[in-house]
Amino acid sequence: MNKTHDNKAWFFVLPVVALVAFNAVIPLMTVVNYSVQETFGDNVFFWAGVMWFEQVLQSERFHDALFRQLAFTFTILLIEVPLGVAIALTMPKKGPWVPVCLVLMALPLLIPWNVVGAMWNIFALPDIGLLGRSLNALGFDYNFTRQPGDAWFTLILMDVWHWTSLVVLLAYAGLVSIPDAYYQAAKIDGAKPFAVFRYIQLPKMKRVLTIAVLLRFMDSFMIYTELSVLTGGGPGNSTTLLSIDLVKIALGQFDLGPAAAMSLIYFLIILALSWVFYTLMMRNEQQ
Amino acid sequence: MAKIVLDTLRHAYMPNPTQDSDWALKQLDLEWEDGGAYALLGPSGCGKTTLLSIISGLLRPTHGRVFFDGQDVTDLTPEQRHIAQVFQFPVVYDTMTVYDNLAFPLRNRGVDEKHVDQRVREIAGMIDLTHMLDNRAAGLTADGKQKISLGRGLVRSDVNAIMFDEPLTVIDPHLKWQLRSKLKELHQRVRTTMIYVTHDQTEALTFADKVVVMNQGEVVQIGTPVDLFERPQHTFVGHFIGSPGMNVLPCEVADGRPHVAGIAVQAGGSGNLGSASGKLEVGVRPEFVRFAEAGDTGGLPARVVKVSDAGRFRIVEAEAAETRIKLLVPEGGDIPQEQAHLLFDPDHTAVYRDGWIVA
Amino acid sequence: MTRTSRYVPVLYILFLMLPIYWLVNMSFKTTNEILGEFTLFPREFTLENYVTIFTDPTWYMGYVNSITYVAINTVISVLVALPAAYAFSRYRFLGDKHLFFWLLTNRMAPPAVFALPFFQLYSAVGLFDTPLAVALAHTLFNIPLAVWILEGFMSGVPKELDETAYVDGHSFWSFFLKIFVPTIAAGIGVAAFFCFMFSWVELLLAKTLTSVDAKPIAATMTRTASTSGYELGLLAAAGTLTIIPGAFVIYFVRNYIAKGFALGRV
Repeated sequence: MNKTHDNKAWFFVLPVVALVAFNAVIPLMTVVNYSVQETFGDNVFFWAGVMWFEQVLQSERFHDALFRQLAFTFTILLIEVPLGVAIALTMPKKGPWVPVCLVLMALPLLIPWNVVGAMWNIFALPDIGLLGRSLNALGFDYNFTRQPGDAWFTLILMDVWHWTSLVVLLAYAGLVSIPDAYYQAAKIDGAKPFAVFRYIQLPKMKRVLTIAVLLRFMDSFMIYTELSVLTGGGPGNSTTLLSIDLVKIALGQFDLGPAAAMSLIYFLIILALSWVFYTLMMRNEQQ
Repeated sequence: MAKIVLDTLRHAYMPNPTQDSDWALKQLDLEWEDGGAYALLGPSGCGKTTLLSIISGLLRPTHGRVFFDGQDVTDLTPEQRHIAQVFQFPVVYDTMTVYDNLAFPLRNRGVDEKHVDQRVREIAGMIDLTHMLDNRAAGLTADGKQKISLGRGLVRSDVNAIMFDEPLTVIDPHLKWQLRSKLKELHQRVRTTMIYVTHDQTEALTFADKVVVMNQGEVVQIGTPVDLFERPQHTFVGHFIGSPGMNVLPCEVADGRPHVAGIAVQAGGSGNLGSASGKLEVGVRPEFVRFAEAGDTGGLPARVVKVSDAGRFRIVEAEAAETRIKLLVPEGGDIPQEQAHLLFDPDHTAVYRDGWIVA
Repeated sequence: MTRTSRYVPVLYILFLMLPIYWLVNMSFKTTNEILGEFTLFPREFTLENYVTIFTDPTWYMGYVNSITYVAINTVISVLVALPAAYAFSRYRFLGDKHLFFWLLTNRMAPPAVFALPFFQLYSAVGLFDTPLAVALAHTLFNIPLAVWILEGFMSGVPKELDETAYVDGHSFWSFFLKIFVPTIAAGIGVAAFFCFMFSWVELLLAKTLTSVDAKPIAATMTRTASTSGYELGLLAAAGTLTIIPGAFVIYFVRNYIAKGFALGRV
């Protein structure tokens, strides 16, 4: 669309800028402020330079949390994106069942995150949970509160349960926007189902899948509430991802300096990775 | 290539058609000669796209059979029927190059690459796309994309017929003419049966050897462009084809001859009309109406109400007995003020009963 | 489509329903039954857990608080996002691209990063423990999202609509309110839906910014789980009740879900 050049449009965005600036800039400045100071209590602060940043970046604890975070994010992306696309492909395109499917699938997305955690907690408990009890009855030694492997399994299953629908709905939106003529042309050209997927459906879903991957990437990096209710980062530190670790340091130990430095590093990692993702996918699209 | 026969075809989109209007196609028996260029012409919603989809195999008719060269193909898929189709909105595989788009139907059928390459280059030459074979198909203009769609049909050597579903809808007006003559030229070269669906009479009449005119799920006339113009079998054809369309005037019969507003009119070939049952009308094209000059006798008294200039001729509207009659007056011809008499050319005037021509 | 692949969505939905079934099942059981034996359906069917929630103000006020701040947040987010999205979709102005990107970066900000500074900020301005504080805090990620969604829908409306309206003698505001807003009503619905959704499900900030008076229902649950330990039936009943508003809202937007989730950008 041809846009008119007019700086008066700033008046339209002013309320948004004011509100977001109030919410983003002031707290961010607070964080930056903490991140470069040292305190010994009584609200007395000293300039500390980049000490906290160095400390965080060199700490093994941070490396471990970051590694766990990356492992978690890439695992759920690898499961949720293909699974979501597969489910979207098998959904009916029209008919009375479509709204029913969509409503049921969207349901997990609207459950408060701590309820998701609590629900999975009681679902997976080895003594009273349906999942835990069934797995043990089938002969698996399953206890997510004691065994790190089981905790990871439960965490990933919960995230797949919680968020795959987002990918399904986005992919489905992309699929239903493909005109019938494309499928008819492919039929006439003798294309096999895989060729239809590869040359028609996938290209048309690309835009929405980009959104899906970006959203899932960002949100999985920020996961906190469900995780803290489900495992609290345990057993031990085995499921302590970045945000859990951050809250432990900031609110648990009240180490404001390291917590602030870690916050900024954490935020910058998300920004940088999102930006890389975004440009890679956009460049791919322009070719 | 094949001769296509449609046998008592009927189609309804709803599961239990009861009344007449439930049928998208009422009843059709048609034969399409091998290698012909046909046009399916009719207004929106007349069932022409339905018919096209039935022939190509995208739709299974509710009733009736489809034969290709005597073989019953009613239950076969488009691929098995060896049909190619060009759709209203250009369909190209966005992520592929023009070359890969053209090669796609052949590769799907397992043709070896050497032959694919040869065919693709040959066809690309025919449709003037040789210089952009390596471009991404997504970057082409609408007419380029339609050429690719057409090319995908042409590359296959086994194609029985190529269907066009209003292919020029999204093409810029100045390119429409170019693409249309390209199509005509291609047809003369490859001699594949082509069926062209459109609601635009110019497209149909310039492209086709034979035009099938449809209205409300029925075929009203099949004929050459000249037939349709000179001898419309139905008042609908007279209306729909020609600009302006045919004059259709209510008439009654007296002494076995048609009378418009009480004045006898000569209609060639209608003979004695006998008893006057059904709704009777006289049809005459504006091209075959003229003003009575000195020396002429009789004629329908009329009053000139409107004259509009259309370049090489003028369109005159005259009012006679509550109905409007249009006639064409060549440049320089006289137009009487107010009162005048109108004469119809008997060879090109026909009587219609309930819409259909009286033999 | 092959026959087997038709069962994929059915199986997936079954998988989605299992934990919910277990939660609902548990909410109708007595604590004794939950801890004592393993039953697929409540043997002693009880409504006591629900009765407790609806009679105890600390429980049901949690719902009122949650709904209040979610509603305020949705209204504020959509109202301020509307003109901004219009500006982004129709005009070029100094720094527009950077501004848009900066807005989106706030969607990427982890709430964990902002929890403590938010606590200090809203304490300082005297809004701590009010629904307004939570509503304002949630605009951090909801305004960027609303602007993004609305911009997508508005870019789909041809600019000729604006021009025709001006030619017909409409002033800007009469055009915007009487013609433009109704035209993108579906987009506004979708944006409101997303604002509702993310405000309703977020808890870290909501919990940090409240203590007693404005405590959201979900936070009340957390307290129950940690302090009184084994009131699992009560917890399950409260959890079940938090699913209902979401289900209700989805039902209303069911016809826009597919397009809405693509944020108007298919």
